[in-house]
Amino acid sequence: MHGHDEANTHGLYGVLAEYDSPEELLSATQRAHAAGYRKMEAYTPFPVDGIAEAMGFEKNGVAPIVLTFGLLGGLTGFGMQWYSAVVSYPLNIGGRPFFSWPAFIPITFELTVLFAAISAVVGMLALNGLPKPYHPIFNAPVFDRASADGFFLCIEADDPSFDREQAHRLLEETSPRSITDVGLTSVPAQETMATRREGIAR
Amino acid sequence: MAEPVYEMPAFRDETLKVLAPGHTYKTVTDDISGVVLRRPYDRRWFVIMAIAFSLVSVLHLAIAYLLLRGVGVWGINVPVMWGFAIVNFVWWIGIGHAGTLISAILLLLKQDWRTSINRFAEAMTLFAVACAGMFPLLHLGRPWVFYWLMPYPNTMDLWPQWRSPLIWDVFAVSTYGTVSLIFWYVGLIPDLATLRDKAKNSIARTIYGAMAMGWTGASRHWHRYKMAYLLLGGLATPLVVSVHSVVSFDFTIAVLPGWHSTIFPPYFVAGAIFSGFAMVISIAIPLREWYGLKGFITMRHMDNMAKITLATGMLVGYGYMMEAFMGWYSGNPNEMFTQLYNRPFGPYAHTYWMMLGCNVLAPQFLWFRYFRQNMFWLFIISILVNVGMWLERYVIIITSLHRDFLPSSWSMYHGTIWDYMTYYGTIGFFLFLFFLFVRVLPAISITEMRELVHETQHHGGGHHVGAHGTAAPTSEGGA
Repeated sequence: MHGHDEANTHGLYGVLAEYDSPEELLSATQRAHAAGYRKMEAYTPFPVDGIAEAMGFEKNGVAPIVLTFGLLGGLTGFGMQWYSAVVSYPLNIGGRPFFSWPAFIPITFELTVLFAAISAVVGMLALNGLPKPYHPIFNAPVFDRASADGFFLCIEADDPSFDREQAHRLLEETSPRSITDVGLTSVPAQETMATRREGIAR
Repeated sequence: MAEPVYEMPAFRDETLKVLAPGHTYKTVTDDISGVVLRRPYDRRWFVIMAIAFSLVSVLHLAIAYLLLRGVGVWGINVPVMWGFAIVNFVWWIGIGHAGTLISAILLLLKQDWRTSINRFAEAMTLFAVACAGMFPLLHLGRPWVFYWLMPYPNTMDLWPQWRSPLIWDVFAVSTYGTVSLIFWYVGLIPDLATLRDKAKNSIARTIYGAMAMGWTGASRHWHRYKMAYLLLGGLATPLVVSVHSVVSFDFTIAVLPGWHSTIFPPYFVAGAIFSGFAMVISIAIPLREWYGLKGFITMRHMDNMAKITLATGMLVGYGYMMEAFMGWYSGNPNEMFTQLYNRPFGPYAHTYWMMLGCNVLAPQFLWFRYFRQNMFWLFIISILVNVGMWLERYVIIITSLHRDFLPSSWSMYHGTIWDYMTYYGTIGFFLFLFFLFVRVLPAISITEMRELVHETQHHGGGHHVGAHGTAAPTSEGGA
């Protein structure tokens, strides 16, 4: 969905500001949040403490997934051994009990860990929407540095209160290293971006 | 914020920092990714790869002959049916344990010195587990039906024997291999994104890009990523302890003298970490020397790893002592014979005393800083420990099996040329994979090094440590 001003946000994914340090990024994020922006995202080369609070999110769904699948793995392991040793293929060895549960513990434990670990990774990736080879943010040439030494804040165009000029003004006040318009498509938007950047160079 | 900030005593030795001074986000990124992306091939790498690949060819030959003729080509025969195969299996799987210990346990303990060594230690774990897994499979005699070990709906209407520690082992080792792999891969994802963005070559960019799965470093992604990584660390910690415990059950569940002992699980876990750290040291010394990584893998890391080797070596020494003591204290004539006569003075006495020399005596030098920080001596000691831990498994397996309760079935065991070829072949396979890894993936976690840069900048070079963050305060805190 585009914002309220169709002409202003046409073909625009968002406005991207780059900072030199996590501290600058953090204070810019706090300002943007205070200014009412909600559809925004910070991109950093390592996890920055405090960004989640600054952007206004706290919970992620990973832990409950891992707990669920861990329990499921344990039940699967124990249930499988119980079923095979008691129901499906009982072997009477010297009158020993079929349901010899202490011998089932190692495999129950291993399957608990296996299910939980796989669900942690798959769950994390799924909630993050990965794999996703293409993302509009990659259209910004400066974005290469997000995996090296650049700390980025992107105010997205589909925020209800998004206005390109206002977003630029807000971000300029936070003295970033650069500000870039990110296009929804790669080539044409970059051209318009280059012309637009003339006007906003600090 | 009113967080307690306490001042740490300045390091007596400037070389004991976790990161050389002067590094920035950019320099750590460029230096570590440069090893993969920019560094020209050098002759030492070719020489190592040539040796390693020759050994891999030897391994191929040994396996081909084994499949052709059967396990009779190995030295195993009644009563020693577990020869080199199980010795090597336990040795390799033990080596792997240090990688998980570094990546998971030291993560939970918030030891900042784990950061530079966790990636290649985890890689070492994976490759060691790959080598370890080969042996029980080949030992099956018919490795092509290995899947019979797994529960699956089959026309024979059979299930695995759940009460057997050998089946526990199948589950423990396969879970361990899988979890180590995904833990390692999750750690790599942000670094793969860095390589994707840095690579000039379009093929490399495509491959790294596909492996990075479109990682952007978005804060919502990091939030879930950190949680998943922490949980993986929490899951891997009991897992690593369980794996070598289960391996030790392969022995303790049997009633053989010298095997049937409750000290085995902790003693095996300590031995695993001992041998694993020795292997990490053996690998780290050439790695930091040849690839210009001394600023990342500093003297602090070597010093701490040497201390852990010493500490776990002492635990292993205690294990040997208790084995002998319990042999005597049990009053069981077979235990007493195995522990007090056959191991120290029997036909395999030389392996027993060499084991004590390598595992108990050699690490004692690590009490002295000179030996911990002299790379030549540290390398020698680490190799001795690797040899000693192989001998330990040889002593445990062979001396217990070759003379058990019935003297009429006593016999001697010796490995054949095919045993040695298979064993040395896996060492080649391990080195081959490792040196390949060094050139195609970042051997040090770039992401975590950036965090370390951030922390050291924040806390005045690590001297001031706040209550938050992952900085571990002292150089002495590690061991």
